[in-house]
Formats: sequence, C-alpha cells, structure tokens
Amino acid sequence: MKIGVVTFPGTLDDRDAARAVRIAGAEAVSLWHADADLKKVDAVVLPGGFSYGDYLRCGAIAAQAPVMTEIIKKANQGLPVLGICNGFQVLVESHLLPGGLIRNSDQHFICRDQGLRVENTSTAWTNQFELNQEITIPLKNGEGGYIATAAELERLEGEGLVTFRYIGGNPNGSMNDIAGLRNERGNVVGLMPHPEHAVEPGFGPDTSTAMRSGVDGLLFFRSVLHSLVNA
Amino acid sequence: MPKIIVEVMPKADLLDPQGKAVANALHRSGNKDIAAVRIGKRIELHFDREINDGDIANAKKIGEEFLSNAVIEDVVNVHVEN
Repeated sequence: MKIGVVTFPGTLDDRDAARAVRIAGAEAVSLWHADADLKKVDAVVLPGGFSYGDYLRCGAIAAQAPVMTEIIKKANQGLPVLGICNGFQVLVESHLLPGGLIRNSDQHFICRDQGLRVENTSTAWTNQFELNQEITIPLKNGEGGYIATAAELERLEGEGLVTFRYIGGNPNGSMNDIAGLRNERGNVVGLMPHPEHAVEPGFGPDTSTAMRSGVDGLLFFRSVLHSLVNA
Repeated sequence: MPKIIVEVMPKADLLDPQGKAVANALHRSGNKDIAAVRIGKRIELHFDREINDGDIANAKKIGEEFLSNAVIEDVVNVHVEN
C-alpha cells in the first residue's frame, strides 16, 4: 500500500507523517505541491505546517496548488485523504470539508497533549477505533477555532459528520467542541490535532502507564490500511 | 497603473483578534473615544492596460471565491483606481 504525503512550501510535518505511514506498515510516497502526479498512491495525507506562510488565509493558497486539483478530483471519487492541522485547513479551503478555521479564541498558539473523543468510526481513517473511544494526541496551532453557519452545524451534527470532539476543555473556541470532521462518504477526514506525532513509544504523549508512551495516532494509519485492504 | 481594489473584512459577528489588540493599545495610549477597531485586507489587482467591465466582474468572482472565505469574511468593496 502506498500513501502519499504532500509537501507544500512551508509544510513542516511531512517527514513525521511519512514516518507514521511507515511505522503503520505502508510505503510513504512524497508528493510535491507543483506536480499534479499522484504517483498511483492509494491514499493521501495533507500534513501540518504553515503552507505559503499562512498568506491570505491558512491553507487558501495551497488549495489552489496543482497537486490539490488532482487530489480534489480523486477525493470526490473516493480516494482516502487525511488532513492534519494545516492539512485540515487546506481541506476546508478546498471545499472538501465545510466551514472555516479561525484564530484561537484566546489568541494564543497552543501546544499541548489534547484529549479527543472519536465520534464516528465509519471512515477510512477511524475504522480501527471504538466508537466514543477517548484518545490523546498532540495539538499545536494558532488558528484552530472551527466555525460554520448555524445551518451547516446542524447538518454536520444531524448527519454524524463530526468525527472528533475535544474533551477535557475546548482549547480554541471551536463551535460544538469540533476537533475534526469527515465528508459524507467517509473517505475524507480532517482534524486539527496531530496523530502522526503519537505513533511510537518514547515520542508520544504521556500516558498513565509511562511517559511519552502514547501511540493513539497509529490507529489513523492502521485504519486506512484496513479500509484499503478490504476495499 | 490601473488597478482594481478588493476589500475584505472579517464578518461582523466574528472575533477580530488583530482589531482587538490594536484597540487595546490605542486605549492604553489615551485614545479613549475609539470604541473598537476592526482590521481587514485591501488587495490591489494591477493591470498594464485599461480595465473593462469583464475585469471587474472577474475581480468580484476572484474576491468571492479565493481572496475571501465566505464562512469567515465578506468582500465589502470592489472598485477601480486609475
């Protein structure tokens, strides 16, 4: 299985995402923003960072990149796509997911281990979680406040598209504590926290059993492998 | 040089952190009568030729679809400056 990891100018977490893909047992393939060739990958990760220096709006310029034209086309045909942090912002700006992300309500950049509840497991990226499983993965962003119109929020809740919700306190003022979303089909998932930073003991969040032993992020990547094998 | 100016503002009911920070600084420096500050963007589209109606229509489209995000911002003005 090949999972593409896109690098835009200003992307930071592409190497960690590629590493997470390899730890989960797949082959990581680097994709370049200016190249519309997806190199026959079976899924795509849009990693975190500050693409184009967050110019105009976070993710707005990346959403216009040649590689995104192809990703949007394939995502609408069912290609699994995971957007992490800036990648989530790119998905929103690409209209693959609804709503918008604005400056954190307290106006600070927040970097901490964050509790989440997995509220939908019918997606390419969450099928290995238990419904309502509580997980901890790192959160690190300045513009993670999720907003949408009242009508859109009602639709998201009604159709079960909210995939992750913050627990243990809403860090950034996100409406309805929304940390991540899926599309109707379940192949596209975006979230602000970083699963790729919680995939290997010794480098993840602290857990009750040992320091830095949290590997809750690994299940995102195992989920997509599971969905591809069973496709 | 002829140019089309596109002005984008954060939606009125959304927190504008930049505006809030600037308002606080103004209050500290004695400008007590300034009740609030909001900060948006002025984007200039430059042309090497005369601007026609099609350019303005296109600028409005670009403004709505790319230069602003309708969920969080409004295009408040599109006009020509020569």
